[in-house]
Amino acid sequence: MRSPPIEDLWSVLLMLCTQMELGSNSDDSKSTFCLVDEDHTFANAIRYTLNQDPRVTYCGYSIPHPSFNQVNIRVQTTEDPAKEVFKDGCMELMLMCRHVRISFDHALTQFKNNKTN
Amino acid sequence: MSEEDESMGEQSDNESGLDFILSLDDVPSKIPPHLELFKTRVLCNSDAPIHTDTIHYAGAYAVLGVDNSQQFDSFRKNFKVEVKRLTDSDMEFDMIGIDPAIANAFRRILISEVPTMAIERVYIANNTSVVQDEVLSHRLGLIPIRVDPRLFEYPDNAGDDNNERNTIVFGLHVRCQVGQPRITVKSEKLKWLPNGSELPCEDVKPNTSSKPKTFTSFTCSQNSLPGFPSNSIDLTDSDIILAKLGPGQEIELEAHAVKGIGRTHAKWSPVATAWYRMLPEVVLLEDIVDEQAEELVNKCQPNVFDIEDIGKGKRRATVARPRNCTLCRECIRGGKEWEDRISIRRVKHHFIFCIESTGALPPEVLFTEAVKILEDKCERVITEFS
Repeated sequence: MRSPPIEDLWSVLLMLCTQMELGSNSDDSKSTFCLVDEDHTFANAIRYTLNQDPRVTYCGYSIPHPSFNQVNIRVQTTEDPAKEVFKDGCMELMLMCRHVRISFDHALTQFKNNKTN
Repeated sequence: MSEEDESMGEQSDNESGLDFILSLDDVPSKIPPHLELFKTRVLCNSDAPIHTDTIHYAGAYAVLGVDNSQQFDSFRKNFKVEVKRLTDSDMEFDMIGIDPAIANAFRRILISEVPTMAIERVYIANNTSVVQDEVLSHRLGLIPIRVDPRLFEYPDNAGDDNNERNTIVFGLHVRCQVGQPRITVKSEKLKWLPNGSELPCEDVKPNTSSKPKTFTSFTCSQNSLPGFPSNSIDLTDSDIILAKLGPGQEIELEAHAVKGIGRTHAKWSPVATAWYRMLPEVVLLEDIVDEQAEELVNKCQPNVFDIEDIGKGKRRATVARPRNCTLCRECIRGGKEWEDRISIRRVKHHFIFCIESTGALPPEVLFTEAVKILEDKCERVITEFS
């Protein structure tokens, strides 16, 4: 059995909720997003796109404990809701990926054409 | 006419005041050259590399009046891919104009999140060889299988339902006859069983007419499924040594391959390795001539420099093949004067990306799959928070 045994309440809780947002009720421009089943791969990439967003005053991430399969991403904005800015960051990253894929396919066909000619 | 122009200009200024300010002569639109150098290059000095960080924050140069935020349009304009080498098993390409955070995400996904098929369960009916069951199973697990993992589903968590959609079964039965010389069991001896397991999983009762239950429940042969290779599912390499058998020894087993990812176990990693390096840039800060040029060319093992004639019997060193530079820094060893002559740099946003596939999928497909996985991650997060 590869998955770790469920021992405490915390891990049960984590398994039940996939993602959650911790913010304050009065001020929605600051939030911490907990992503389960993610690691540096996604967190560092999204940190980059968020920091590129002029509305973001602070963005960082941490992995609270290496045994938990979870990252916390902190986003603070000038005034827009952190959740919306965070989603925009994801969208930006998605568009970048799509563009990378298109450029890669293009370069590949070009390379193959040059080779056959 | 001029009055009209002015009034139109004023109107647009009111709409976007920032653009007007940025268009003024004394407001810089670019950061000064020395900062641009630190932002885009790693300077590899003789003691240590400096300016290794990338500057992400949108307001990093706000005090200079320069916007550091990268808009998607500018990314789209500047991003470029150039394929340098492509074979069945490996490829090298240049990815220009992308941040290390994204390039590293691709690399990490390639190594640990692109799925493949690998042997996960081994049912050993007989093993009298010197290789222990667990060692043999481990060796079997690491054999790369040449099959498109996209044709398969992940096994269910309970692991009870092994059907033609999530399991590939291989059988192995080798025996070294008494009196014969020792034999080497290679991976070619693993035979694909498209109809599923042939080992009974319960004690066979002597008087039952029905077929005994096996470890899989295939409803049809995998041969007949759409998209599957019609002849055979192969292993990438047929000459991997699994065990050696002495006279009288025998191995009989069945190996079940399932879909998985490299994060769970490295045997599911689709790449032998995937890595990138930044493009080296070698700059001669002053002319290096005659004996010194000779000395430089001889010092450089990766053969980065050439010598050209500049007339009047004089010869000068040139940077001919900067891509070869391994950052050994041998050329700037030998005192302060050499450090002042040559500057070794790395271009921060230019990656030489290499992918070596283990054979499940060709390397170019692996990269596309990796990018798709990152896209899926974004999509998942967006839907979760909507």
